[in-house]
Amino acid sequence: MKAFANLIVKLGTTTKTNDKLEALSHYFATARDEDKVWVIALFSGRRPKRLISSGFLQLWCMEIAKLPAWLFEESYHTVGDLGETIALLLPPPTQQLADTSLSYIIQKLSELDKQDESVKKEFVTSTWIQMEKDERFVFNKLLTGNFRIGVSQKMIVNALAKTVNIDPSVIAHRISGNWDPFTTSFDELLSEHSTASDFSKPYPFYLAYALDNDPATLGTVEEWQAEWKWDGIRGQLIKRNNEIFVWSRGEELMTDKFPEYHTLRDILPDGLVLDGEIIPSVDKKPLPFALLQTRIGRKNITKKNLQDVPIAFFAYDVLEFDGIDQRDQPMEKRRVLLEEIVSRIDHSAMLISPVINFSSWEQLATIRGSSREMGAEGIMLKRNSSTYQVGRKVGDWWKWKIDPLVIDAVMIYAQKGHGRRSNLYTDYTFAVKDGEKLVTFTKAYSGLTDKEFAQVDSFVKRNSLEKFGPVRTVKPELVFEIAFEGIAASNRHKSGVALRFPRINRWRQDKKADEINTLEDLKKMLLVYGK
Amino acid sequence: MQLVEFTDKGLYCRPGNFYVDPWRPVERAIITHAHSDHARWGSDQYLCHHHTLPLLKLRLGDVRVQGQDWGESVDINNVKISLHPAGHIIGSAQVRIEYNGEVWVVSGDYKTEDDGISGVFEPVRCHSFISESTFGLPIYTWKSQSEIFSEIQRWIKKNEEAGKTSVIIGYSLGKAQRILKCVADVTNKILVHGAIWNVHQVLQQNGWNLPEVKRVTPETTKEEIKNAVVLAPPSADGTSWMKKFNPYNVGTCSGWMQVRGNVRRRNTDAGFVLSDHADWNGLLQATKATGAEKVFVTHGFQAAFSRYLNESGTYSAEVKTEYGGEEEEQEKPSTTQEQKSEINSAGEEES
Repeated sequence: MKAFANLIVKLGTTTKTNDKLEALSHYFATARDEDKVWVIALFSGRRPKRLISSGFLQLWCMEIAKLPAWLFEESYHTVGDLGETIALLLPPPTQQLADTSLSYIIQKLSELDKQDESVKKEFVTSTWIQMEKDERFVFNKLLTGNFRIGVSQKMIVNALAKTVNIDPSVIAHRISGNWDPFTTSFDELLSEHSTASDFSKPYPFYLAYALDNDPATLGTVEEWQAEWKWDGIRGQLIKRNNEIFVWSRGEELMTDKFPEYHTLRDILPDGLVLDGEIIPSVDKKPLPFALLQTRIGRKNITKKNLQDVPIAFFAYDVLEFDGIDQRDQPMEKRRVLLEEIVSRIDHSAMLISPVINFSSWEQLATIRGSSREMGAEGIMLKRNSSTYQVGRKVGDWWKWKIDPLVIDAVMIYAQKGHGRRSNLYTDYTFAVKDGEKLVTFTKAYSGLTDKEFAQVDSFVKRNSLEKFGPVRTVKPELVFEIAFEGIAASNRHKSGVALRFPRINRWRQDKKADEINTLEDLKKMLLVYGK
Repeated sequence: MQLVEFTDKGLYCRPGNFYVDPWRPVERAIITHAHSDHARWGSDQYLCHHHTLPLLKLRLGDVRVQGQDWGESVDINNVKISLHPAGHIIGSAQVRIEYNGEVWVVSGDYKTEDDGISGVFEPVRCHSFISESTFGLPIYTWKSQSEIFSEIQRWIKKNEEAGKTSVIIGYSLGKAQRILKCVADVTNKILVHGAIWNVHQVLQQNGWNLPEVKRVTPETTKEEIKNAVVLAPPSADGTSWMKKFNPYNVGTCSGWMQVRGNVRRRNTDAGFVLSDHADWNGLLQATKATGAEKVFVTHGFQAAFSRYLNESGTYSAEVKTEYGGEEEEQEKPSTTQEQKSEINSAGEEES
């Protein structure tokens, strides 16, 4: 555990990619095999089942540290991380734990499943008091099952590649998919065998970079294929061994959430992997993302859900056909194959993402202007000759998004952030004018530089006393331009609208609070863009 | 009427007609210590501890200031005033104010651990205690100075082995002198930033026995930098001034380093939890030792600390002051004329 705790501390505090890579490589070169498997699993989202609610952890910690609940809460809001708060509040260790391995602790934890609360409590609290702060922190992370600490899958892949001397794109493929860290050994996981035996295994996604320049810088239009950039969930649809698997880009197996795809099982050829967009659609037209969200969040899907928000797959690439990897084929060839496959299927849940015809960049720019009407968020540009690569690579695939919608609003509430924004007021609620009143309509957490965040934090701290509870009411003075991708009617919000991906576009230091937009302006946008 | 009132100019003793650490110019100011959020410019007369006096002059220029010894009493309009060690930085004092048998103590900033250089915090019995609360949450508990010093020394060794310069960030007054003692145990190749150099000079001239250091100048050679330890104030962190130390690692010494998010935000290679303020237990212990019936809590987590005291049976209230720029890592808002002159004389922000 000590080595793992050190790794987490190093990864969590350094911002230098090289240092992270070095720390990971060092770990992979020195740790025991079963621990390595768990590190790969944890960092790629394969966390063990959560056995204890964070409420209990908080309660036990308060008991040991003899603290009232409000003071625990106050500490938590300042630290911004539950596992770390507990690690800091517990008294120093009374005895030293013999250094146990990561996999041993996880094994122990898994044995707690279905045990009484008192057994769990005994194990957790007795482990706590034998651990130093950093170990407690990672132990709590294992308990609460959240290991988001600024390590990308790519970094894990690169560190592993360095250790075992295999090409990163091959590693990325091998560690993807449906494997169980409890039963998979390190050698098995990284062997050639792993891709052959797991029928569900997806390919690593090829990701596009945002196009910030004039598209004319990309060369002649003849080299490029344009498609709409859909606003759904990027996914891979796999049929192998007469089974259907659907993976999201976040490597979450989503097959059971979308029964629509099960009906494709008998129609699709075996040994097929398609890349595309998971998106609700009626009459071959996409529905807004807000509707997709009503499907994702649900545990049980009703008939009504299936009727109101039917899910389709907008296919845009074929990665495997007849059991053969197609990724090295140029895109124009893959496209011909894809069109053939999809046209043969003729099913409302399987659509092709159409190619946009254009003969000049100017023309494409005009077409891009109509993205919102198409239910798209811009245009994808893919080089005809491009192979299907691994991860985010510059050069052959670009996303050319439309400019966001914007509105000027005033900040009226602030809350402290999490992670590297701990103890800084970085999470804001914004309002527009409604006559003399202010009406809140959105929160936003991102879009300012560190320096700007520090300035706003200072404003918040200076404009009221330190108060209890996480939220501070702030003098309505600072004006921000809020950007968002879409707008929908909502009865859950006071303003009557819900925004898609709101963020701070810029701080309007040139504007006063009485110059902000009105609720009327928002409602007009809803009429035009809200469908 | 309270013996010490909370006014928009600062903490005011009406019968004595003086202020403690006022943030606006006043006739007579008693200064707890020479950090810029407590020792502000523009007052007619200053009173502080002997050790603070030269530092105050360094920061405020040639002001009218009177020095006083530990425990020595002066009388101002029948109010008895004495200074007692606060253990925060060199010369830092608590101010004891007595009038008609009532005693108040203003803590200024303080820490309860003896750091070997700032004087030993002295609990002073009083009726009312005005306490800071910079780290007034139970998440802030410090390891001992010797443990942190070992961490820093190990880190320096590791950097040396990797052929890297160690750049250590800490405030030029207080933290820097503490770190210097830690660093001097493992190396005699110590370079300092100009702001730290200025403080160093003044302290040496006034008889403080500090390790020998060299000032970083444009003429500082590669040979001098190689394997050296460089001390710099937070304002220098991340500026082009640091470039010449390449390859280097940065270590930041601050109580805020207790929380991981702050270490990440500071973009530092190593965070050392070394603070010149009392931790949660230190605050509780210190307030208890005063025997005060009333505790007024200023700059920091005053709401939480004050509520905790109330629930533990000590009457307490929050007080809003303008202290707390020094260990808070916030950006200065638009620099006003007043702040500018403060910065210039403080020398803290020069790069």
